[in-house]
Amino acid sequence: MLTFTIRRLVLSVPTLLFISLVIFLLLELAPGDPMAQVPLTVPPEVKEKMREALGLGQPAPIRFWKWLVQFFWIEPQVLIDHYFGTTFSQGDLRVISWQTRSPVMDIVIQRMPQTLWVVGTAYVVAIFIALPIGIYSAYRQYSWFDQLGTFVSMVGFSVPPFFSGVLVIVIFSVQLGWFPSIYDTTHVVDSWDSFVYQMKQMIMPVMVLALQITAQLSRFMRASMLDNLNQDYVRTARAKGLSEYVVVMVHVLRNSMIPVVTVIALGIPSIFGGAIITEQVFKVNGIGQLLIGAIQANDLPMVQTLTFIFAILIVLFNLIADVLYGILDPRIRYD
Amino acid sequence: MTELSNPIPSKPPRSQWLDVWDQFKSHRGALMGGILFLLIVASVYLGPLFWDIEATHIDIRSRNQGPSWAHPFGTDQLGRDMMARMMAGGSTSVSVGLTAMALALFLGSFIGVVAGFFKRLDGPLMRLTDLFLALPLLPLLLVMMLLFREPLNAAFGPEQGIFILIVCAIGVTSWMPTARIVRGDVLAIKEREFVLAARSIGTSNKGLITRHILPNVLSPIMVSATLGIATAIITESSLSFLGLGFPPDFPTWGRLLFDATDYLQQHPERVFWPGMAISLTVLSVNYLGDGLRDALDPRIRGR
Repeated sequence: MLTFTIRRLVLSVPTLLFISLVIFLLLELAPGDPMAQVPLTVPPEVKEKMREALGLGQPAPIRFWKWLVQFFWIEPQVLIDHYFGTTFSQGDLRVISWQTRSPVMDIVIQRMPQTLWVVGTAYVVAIFIALPIGIYSAYRQYSWFDQLGTFVSMVGFSVPPFFSGVLVIVIFSVQLGWFPSIYDTTHVVDSWDSFVYQMKQMIMPVMVLALQITAQLSRFMRASMLDNLNQDYVRTARAKGLSEYVVVMVHVLRNSMIPVVTVIALGIPSIFGGAIITEQVFKVNGIGQLLIGAIQANDLPMVQTLTFIFAILIVLFNLIADVLYGILDPRIRYD
Repeated sequence: MTELSNPIPSKPPRSQWLDVWDQFKSHRGALMGGILFLLIVASVYLGPLFWDIEATHIDIRSRNQGPSWAHPFGTDQLGRDMMARMMAGGSTSVSVGLTAMALALFLGSFIGVVAGFFKRLDGPLMRLTDLFLALPLLPLLLVMMLLFREPLNAAFGPEQGIFILIVCAIGVTSWMPTARIVRGDVLAIKEREFVLAARSIGTSNKGLITRHILPNVLSPIMVSATLGIATAIITESSLSFLGLGFPPDFPTWGRLLFDATDYLQQHPERVFWPGMAISLTVLSVNYLGDGLRDALDPRIRGR
């Protein structure tokens, strides 16, 4: 198992390098020019200097190498400096955003908490809703509850977040006026009232995200429970005289959780991707909105870094899911 | 033994597709989904023949009207008829969905069949599929929209160019699940006796693939086709909703929804129509795929 993990870790390095190359080459074709906003009165040689200050004007392979060094070598040093007060990264050029002329990673770190709060809460809520629904609808297969669960998850699959988000805004903030339609990220929780307000503004984005995740997870849970409910060991457990609760919630559930846990791990990066639209609808200024803003403003270093962060997340959680599968299920040990 | 003693069969022979249709009919959700989808497609493509208001016709005097007989879905802020715009938007959205699905399906089944059939290409092609699955797709789609919009607009005109761009972008980023499923099925079928028999009478690789293997992997391909339409329509609408899809004067359902969110407080019903159209189409297609999966599986059929 350890060799398998190490081999997968080593294999993920060329994968990530290839992905970063693909992203870099795609952006190489971009028509945008960071000097387009500079007034025409600025002489061309000054513009050339400014271009060089941003790290442009060199051949593509060198810029790619520089970006790699900045991302994998200098940025971690900055992080270490920040926590331990050392000065490893002093004087090194970091990845600079064309929009704000400040380091990209600083902005990403500023935006991270909002995304993590909203998306993370939605994911946890969805897991707590989806698992009981999946268990019960598998246990009572083809009952009205199961039929309803199937229909609701079909609806959850089909209604895109930009519609369900707008719909809950129309109902709960325009018609009823219960919740604010815009997520206020400057809000500080320091008293009970401000905590209640924070809850109120989080409910709608969390609901919209959770509906989608619940739809997928409850289907998986149901299918996985159904696979296990007809196995021989369940009959044995019943024959031994165990109570129905112990049979379902201990014997069957533990075995059914194996694929579901890996699906949960696999879903985490795609939730970061899916949150782009939800963040846009509720004006949460998180990572997703940062990406959209950067794309519209032609801020290529920002787009490159953000897409690459998404790629790292996907590769990392794929790896975690594979390893988890092996740990949880002794039948699938890879060595 | 009755068949042998009686050379004339009492029942006429039934084709495979008749069996499939019988099973499909018994799945009520799938039947309703199929009918609804056909209805939506028909009204979107044939509707403009009966509803002769132009989608781009501006009638500023009758702007912001509610539903009436003259304008069943009301009018927008420039007095354009919402029903005509819904039809025009729908025909774009559905065309994008169908074409992108066809492209993704072609790529996916081609790569799947080649990877499953030729052992030497299996490794590289599947690594390629894994790599594509590891790409962050929505951000990359957005980046592609940003990059290739201008050159394609210059080459094919603004509407044609963006159509080609969206279809290609969605097709190139959504073939992977199909390729994986098809490869798995081809690997299993390749070891069966009828393939060995066909090979032993000297069938070429091309003949083997087209005559013996492709018909047997048709059912997973058809199921992923229906699901592909759903994802393509949702992806196109999300791109339009984020403002990176079709140009503003060229309606699609996602674009209409995006434009309507500006008037959310005054005219919430304008959000409702396109959103409902997207959701209903995707829901019907998902049910259709569910039913097709059951109907095309001979182990479930006849139960």
